[in-house]
Formats: sequence, C-alpha cells, structure tokens
Amino acid sequence: MADVSYKDLSINGLWKNNPAIVQLLGLCPLLAVTGSVVNALGLGLATTMVLIISNTSVSLIRNLVSDAVRLPTFVMIIAAAVTCIELLMQAFTYELFQILGIFLPLITTNCVILGRADGFAARNSLGPSFYDGLIMGLGFACVLAVLGGLRELSGTGALFANMDLLFGSSAANWKVVMYSDYQPFLLAILPPGAFIFTGLIIAVKNLIDDRIKKRQDALKARPVKGAKRVRVTGAVS
Amino acid sequence: MALMRLTSPHAHGPMSTQRVMQSVLLATIPGVIVLTHFFGFGTLINILWGSIVALACEALALKLRRRPLSFYLKDYSAVVTAVLLCIALPPYAPWWLIAVGIASSILLAKHLYGGLGYNPFNPAMVGYVILLISFPIQMTAWAPPRGLGELPGFMEALQACFTPAAYDGVTMATPMDLLKQNNSLLINDLWYQYPQFGRWSGRGWEWANIAFLAGGIWLLYQRIFTWHAPVAMLVTLGLLAAIFYDGGSSASGGSPLFHLLGGATMFGAFFIVTDPVSSAVSLRGRLIFGALIGVLIYTIRVKGNYPDSVAFAVLIMNFAAPFIDYYTQPRTYGHRNKRAGE
Repeated sequence: MADVSYKDLSINGLWKNNPAIVQLLGLCPLLAVTGSVVNALGLGLATTMVLIISNTSVSLIRNLVSDAVRLPTFVMIIAAAVTCIELLMQAFTYELFQILGIFLPLITTNCVILGRADGFAARNSLGPSFYDGLIMGLGFACVLAVLGGLRELSGTGALFANMDLLFGSSAANWKVVMYSDYQPFLLAILPPGAFIFTGLIIAVKNLIDDRIKKRQDALKARPVKGAKRVRVTGAVS
Repeated sequence: MALMRLTSPHAHGPMSTQRVMQSVLLATIPGVIVLTHFFGFGTLINILWGSIVALACEALALKLRRRPLSFYLKDYSAVVTAVLLCIALPPYAPWWLIAVGIASSILLAKHLYGGLGYNPFNPAMVGYVILLISFPIQMTAWAPPRGLGELPGFMEALQACFTPAAYDGVTMATPMDLLKQNNSLLINDLWYQYPQFGRWSGRGWEWANIAFLAGGIWLLYQRIFTWHAPVAMLVTLGLLAAIFYDGGSSASGGSPLFHLLGGATMFGAFFIVTDPVSSAVSLRGRLIFGALIGVLIYTIRVKGNYPDSVAFAVLIMNFAAPFIDYYTQPRTYGHRNKRAGE
C-alpha cells in the first residue's frame, strides 16, 4: 500500500470512514463525556494525540515486530502514549483531567486506536501513518465536539461554558447563553441523550450521503454526446 | 394513492383503527371530567394544547416520511397518544413541557421506529418518562384537589399554561408522595394528619380511578381489548399490597384499596397496559405481561425513588413483550405443541 494519497486519507478519516459515526468505534467515551463542548473537545484532542503517537511509533517498528506478538506490542505502545497524555493533562488542565476521570485511561481500550494501528500503521510508512492518525483523530474529535455542542445547547441552553478549563483563563468568557430562562433539559445531558443525538447525527450523515449519491447517479445517467439510446437508432445530438 | 401499503392483518373487520381510537377517546371522558372536577381546568387545557401539538408533529413526521397525510391523521392515533400523555401530566403544566413531551412521544417513540404499529414502546409513556427524568420539578407539581385549595378558573388555567412565569400556582404533595415519605406515622395517623387522603385512597384520586375503571369496563364491553392484561395487573398489585400491608404500621406499603384506587393504577391498567402494539400478543402472554407490570408497579412504588411507577413498569415490560411472546406462542391448529424456538 505504497500508493496512499493524502486526499483519500482525509476524506476517509473525516467523512467516508469516520471512526465515530461510520465505524461506530469508541462509543464509550462518545456517549459518556460529551455532555458539554469542553469535555468533548478535551477527550477528542487527547484521543487525537494518542492516535498520532501510536500510529507513528507502530509505523516505525512495523518491520521489527513479528506477527505473533504484534497486538500486545501495539497495546503497550498505546498504553504508554495514553499515560503520557494523561500526565500532561494532569499537569496543564487539572480540572478537566478530574472531570474526564476514568475516561482518560480508558482511551487505551478505544478500538479506534488499536484498529488504526493494526489496520493502517502496521502496513504503511511513517508519513501516511502520521497523517492517518491525525485525520482519524480529528474526525473523531469533530463528532465528539458536535455531539457535545448539541447536548450542551439542548441540555442547558448555553454553549462553550467553562472553556477556560481547556484554553486557559482567556477563554473564561466564551460562554454563549442562547436563552436566558431556559429550563435545563436533563435528558440531553444524561447518557440516553447521547444515544439519541448520536443516532440523529448518523441519520443526517446518511441523508447527506444519499443526496450526494443521487446527484452523482443523475449525472451519470445523463446522455453524453455521441451515446446511443437503447432501441433507438442514430446518435444523440 | 392507488396502492396503499398497510401492515397485516389484512382481514376485514368492523373495527378500523379509527373506530378503536375513537372508542378509547370516548372512554377517557369520565376520567377527564372527574379530574377536571377535582383539579380544575388544567387537564382540559393540557389535552387541548397537547392534541394540537400532536397533530402538528404527526403531520411533520408523515411529511418527512412521505406518507399520505390525511389517511394517517384521520386515524386519531396521534390524538390518543396526546390525550393519554396529557392526562398523566400534572394539571397547569407549562406549554413547553407539554410540547416537549408530545414531540418526544410522536417523533422519537413512534415515528423513528416506523410509525403506528411498529413502536416497541408505548409512545405516551416514553414521553412521560422523558419529561419526568428531564424536568422533575415541573413534573411533580400537582395542584391540590377541590376542597383543599382555591381551584384556578379557566383564564387562570390558560395563563398557567401559556405564560407560566407570570402564574403563581399552589401545589401540594400527592397521597402517593406522602405515603412514600412517611416513616414514622401509622397509616391511620397519616390519614388523620393529612387532608389529602380520602375514603380509600387520595381525595379526588379515588374518584378519578373509579371513573377510569368505568371507562375501561366500557372498552372491555366494546371488545376493544381482552381482559387478560388489566385484570392480571390489578390482581397482582392488589395481592402484593395485601401481603405487605402489615396491619397499617409506619413501614406499611399501603392498603390494597389505596394502591388499586391511587395514583395512575386504573388509568394505567385500562389505557396503557392494553396498548395492542407494545404489549404481549397471545392471551397467556398478556396474563404474564400484566402480572409482571403489577409486580413492578408495587415494587417501585414501595421500594423505588419515585412515588408512582406505572410508566416505568409499562416501559420495562414493553422490553420484555417480544420475549414473553416467544415463549407463549399458542399451538397452531392441527399441530402438536412444540417447544418455543424449535
């Protein structure tokens, strides 16, 4: 697979093969911590970092590890990366680290990461592997952020609350209150809301895909100049 | 539309969906009248506003799903869902609460699963539980019954619904709530101390339950549903209450009559448990389905966190309905009894 194009990788990671809404991998953090944008972004970025580190390292050692021990090795690498990220978050974003709690170490068991390590990085060179990790992570983080935004907005009537946990004190006033006397809609913040909103996001994605496919089919079906109609003699002018 | 795709059974009977739904609506009338008598116009306004929202949601969903509008709108199923949910909601609920509940019922619980006849859960109860979990304060604010507080007039009730911020309502703990919170008084003392209790159960509540029972019996007479599920539920609930009545001590779960005529028991038994779509299908299955709902209602009422539990019990058993059906398939005529799944 030497001929991977970066454009295909981007389309795959962000849309066509998006880890969260197409492969449906890593649903546990997706459902558990996307109650607000800041939590979702925090976990999404952490996962992206881990993906980049693990993909890069796996790609570097891919010719040195035998097939028999490859999975344990990959898991060790991923666990090491997760520990690094966890310690970094503990040092720089301590409050967010406390909010995310167990879901940070649990990134180790996120199928997206092992899936990309074994499915892509173990067979590709450094450049594409790094890029794949980055794009897959971004695709995952985007879905997390959108889901967090939807749930925060419908759950509390505001957006971007407590962004200072992630972006420093200058982000403390990023909060946008949409409705001032909004009754908190608890269901959206509780886990069932995550299931419902994930389902809706997947539905919208499928709807858009359908539209695109229809448009392409319609384009394909248009007669090109010089083509012949079935059972009609003569060329189409 | 020349070819209408409808689900089985295709046999023609005198009962159309429309007629069944109309009968259910008619049967709720006595209960609604009693509720209005004891709690004021709140329930009526709930129902009116809820029906409007339900029809709008139904029309929207049908339009998105490209289904014929008038055919499905005229079958009254959306209105029935709205009426059942609005009866369960506290009177004088704000308009947005009703709208959110109805929208979840119709859009989430009904049309996302494929519309009427495909919903695994009772739509009205899904709406109710979503509201109860999301807005616990608004959902537990019941008005005091007639005789214990000023009943708001019609205009005040309208105001409570559509400009909730400007309305200052009075609420009172329901009898179910009082019994739940009680841990020091004997049942008899509890009855003397709080005026919310009536002769057998809650003041107002007992008559509402009797009215729903009357409506249910009329539906049974009309053969809208069979007796199995509601009777099984009521018998189990009554039996459990009798066993754990405990002579009326402070730890008592309440008398059988209190449970049978309190809260949403009769309404649930005849209008929710009998939902033909989300309940078990075979007669034996319906007996099991109803009995287990009775067990769950009693258990959650006495041991759970919520004072009443009909909605939770019904939803949990909706999960189990296909499973019950699997093990209670009746013998096919001309075949020997087979073990399920063979």
